[in-house]
Amino acid sequence: MGSTSAENHGTEGVGRRDLIKRSAALGLISVPTMSFLSACASSGGDDSGDKAKAGKKTAKNPLAVNDTAGMEFVLFDGGFGKEYAEDAVKIYEKNFPKASVKFSATQKIQSTLQPRFNQGTPPDLIDNSGAEQMDMGVLVGKNQLTDLTPLLDAPSYDDPAKKVRDTLRPGIVEMGQFDGEKVWILYYAYTVYGVWYSQKALDSLDEQYPETWDQMLAVCAKAKKKGMAGWTYAGKYPYYLPFSLYPMIGKVGGREVLDAIDNLEPNAWKHPAVKACFDAYYELYKKGYVLKGTPGLDHIQSQTAWAEGKALFIPNGSWVENESANVIPEDFNLAVSAPTGLDSSDKMPFGTIWASGGEPFIVPAKAKNAAGGMEQLRIMLSEASSKNFTGKVKSLTAYNGGTDGIALTPGLKSGVAALDKAGENVVNPRMQDWYVQLQKEKIGVSGLGEMMAGRVTPAEAIKKIQAFADETAKDDSIKHYKHQ
Amino acid sequence: MQHGKYRFIVGFLALPLGLYALFVVWPFIQSIYYSFTDWTGLSPEFKMVGFDNYSRMLDDDIFWKSLQHSLLFALLLPVVTIGLALFFAFMINVGGRKRKNGPVITGVRGSSFYKIVYFFPQVLSIAIVALLFAFAYNPDSGALNSLLRGIGLDDVQPLWLGDPDLALWAVMAVLVWSTVGFFVVLFSAGMASIPAEMYEAALLDGANRVTTFFRVTLPLLWDTVQSGWVYMGILALGAESFAVVQIMTTGPGGPDYSTTVMVLYVYQKAFRDGQAAYATTIGVALLVVTLAFAAVVMRLGRRERLEY
Repeated sequence: MGSTSAENHGTEGVGRRDLIKRSAALGLISVPTMSFLSACASSGGDDSGDKAKAGKKTAKNPLAVNDTAGMEFVLFDGGFGKEYAEDAVKIYEKNFPKASVKFSATQKIQSTLQPRFNQGTPPDLIDNSGAEQMDMGVLVGKNQLTDLTPLLDAPSYDDPAKKVRDTLRPGIVEMGQFDGEKVWILYYAYTVYGVWYSQKALDSLDEQYPETWDQMLAVCAKAKKKGMAGWTYAGKYPYYLPFSLYPMIGKVGGREVLDAIDNLEPNAWKHPAVKACFDAYYELYKKGYVLKGTPGLDHIQSQTAWAEGKALFIPNGSWVENESANVIPEDFNLAVSAPTGLDSSDKMPFGTIWASGGEPFIVPAKAKNAAGGMEQLRIMLSEASSKNFTGKVKSLTAYNGGTDGIALTPGLKSGVAALDKAGENVVNPRMQDWYVQLQKEKIGVSGLGEMMAGRVTPAEAIKKIQAFADETAKDDSIKHYKHQ
Repeated sequence: MQHGKYRFIVGFLALPLGLYALFVVWPFIQSIYYSFTDWTGLSPEFKMVGFDNYSRMLDDDIFWKSLQHSLLFALLLPVVTIGLALFFAFMINVGGRKRKNGPVITGVRGSSFYKIVYFFPQVLSIAIVALLFAFAYNPDSGALNSLLRGIGLDDVQPLWLGDPDLALWAVMAVLVWSTVGFFVVLFSAGMASIPAEMYEAALLDGANRVTTFFRVTLPLLWDTVQSGWVYMGILALGAESFAVVQIMTTGPGGPDYSTTVMVLYVYQKAFRDGQAAYATTIGVALLVVTLAFAAVVMRLGRRERLEY
């Protein structure tokens, strides 16, 4: 799962370097090493269920947390740090002074927690994120998680008349479901995907952000005259292109097209909307509006070229503000927009944007104090805690709102505005969570990457991608998911 | 006395052999075992699936591509690297012009400096080398394309790692650059132990540099070259090729699977896709390839040993 959240991207470089250290163990040796791991993993696993007894359910304690039971919380210590969680733990301790809370933060989620899952003694709340994320599909499939529906149906921390469910941003609840009504994961951070640009550069061209593709081409032509490319993207990781391409497909053809793609339905990619959007992007290449050399740039290099003003637009996620902070000039005036559509016959209005959750929190099924874990999440989903998070780490949370009265950076401000404009028109393609290999190396590198480098035509790319999708749909070594 | 001697030998060998069995042989057996299961690597539960993974592997286009690239690495990289290293080592140690009042057999001018220069990449970790070259290959502002622009070749701006026809060669060039120094030093040491009289005799007989190299140096250095060959082949199949492909290439493994290698595929299947059993299956295939490579090199390279 997920390169969806900001901290994954923040640590990507480190992760890759770490891999090299491990590479010594690879080849012939890694395989046996893994066997040893599994030998360890296969042990343990007794079911001594000394769970905490339920406490008294009150208005202040809707989840009936036992106020003397201990609560253990393990956080992924990534790009968002651990301060925001520590602050939330303090509130828990204040509300339940008799409970002893054990809080720890680590980058090694899997190596720390996998043995504890196998022994049946997991903590009560986990931020299962980062390079060592435990596979959610396996955890759900092996009944290792608690259904978070009681939390979602509990009154929210700030307003007892409103359920927690109703305080969340669009898509959050759906993302936590796998194949049924039950909600296994709560994504706490919120990422906005789209087309990122410098408002200053756009102003210097005397242009507005284009809403139709004809306008887009006109803006690019104008930029080209000034010696500036229209677009660049992470050429070595072309699976950044979908950040603006997928919501465009959704805008042109409607949500169903994206759902069909996610569901790996036969001929999902053959929908005319897909072809129209592929053609539109291909035109950018054909007309020379893509920065020269882009297919050989990685994400950092392309972001740097873009920040230096060599290109106007880049498809990216809201972490770009933090990741490229050192190269984005002071007066850049970073902004994000929902993707440009084709024309007025599009199914969804301009403003249709891709936004989704990051930083997945889970409560294990065998947690001793599952109610405590959920209560901790309820505290974190309060307006005050959400504000604290946004203020400290420059990212939105799953809490819908929580940005009033704090100073927002330009990119964040623009992200909030884009979400306001989108309203209900938020799409959430799941390909990158559900089918990592298909999304990244097949659709991304072999399909879109080749097309944008001009080596295959849109029609050929679609044919290729459809074949990859069919292959994945048939592959029974991969777990398949469906939109609800 | 005899009895005591064996006990003495066994006493010394037991511990290392035990460690070898525990940490090398046993894991090999285990991984072969796991290749017959459907283990995900994320849960302790798995069942036997017979030869399913193997038949799947034989139908897997990406596997065949990675095998093809790995074989190309194993065949081509040793030839180029060792060829270059032999040439450099020869020039450093033997190939120089005779200078006044100097020894008869000597390297080219400044050879001690070159020796250090060639060895330099070896002290950099492969991860750093790969990152440096990723910058150099940057088509927009990298050193290579800037150089091309600098000499007026504005129209020749290859995409390097972004071009499926060039990417694999670009990766190989990095591996050659980073490993050639080690072999220069290795062969230099070998050449230093060849008695100078042999060269003097060859010179007196009127042999030129090329003849000297093929008739004197190479035969006397054969053992070293052969072990270097196996070593380089294993580097090219294993960790080094993983590092450069993982760090430098599109995807990684691309563009369009043009640079994927077996070790990378093992890694992706085990740690990205949660298919550890299938990864061990590819690992077993890699084991077979590596063993076959070593066997072929040892057999083809068998020659009479020259005493000197």
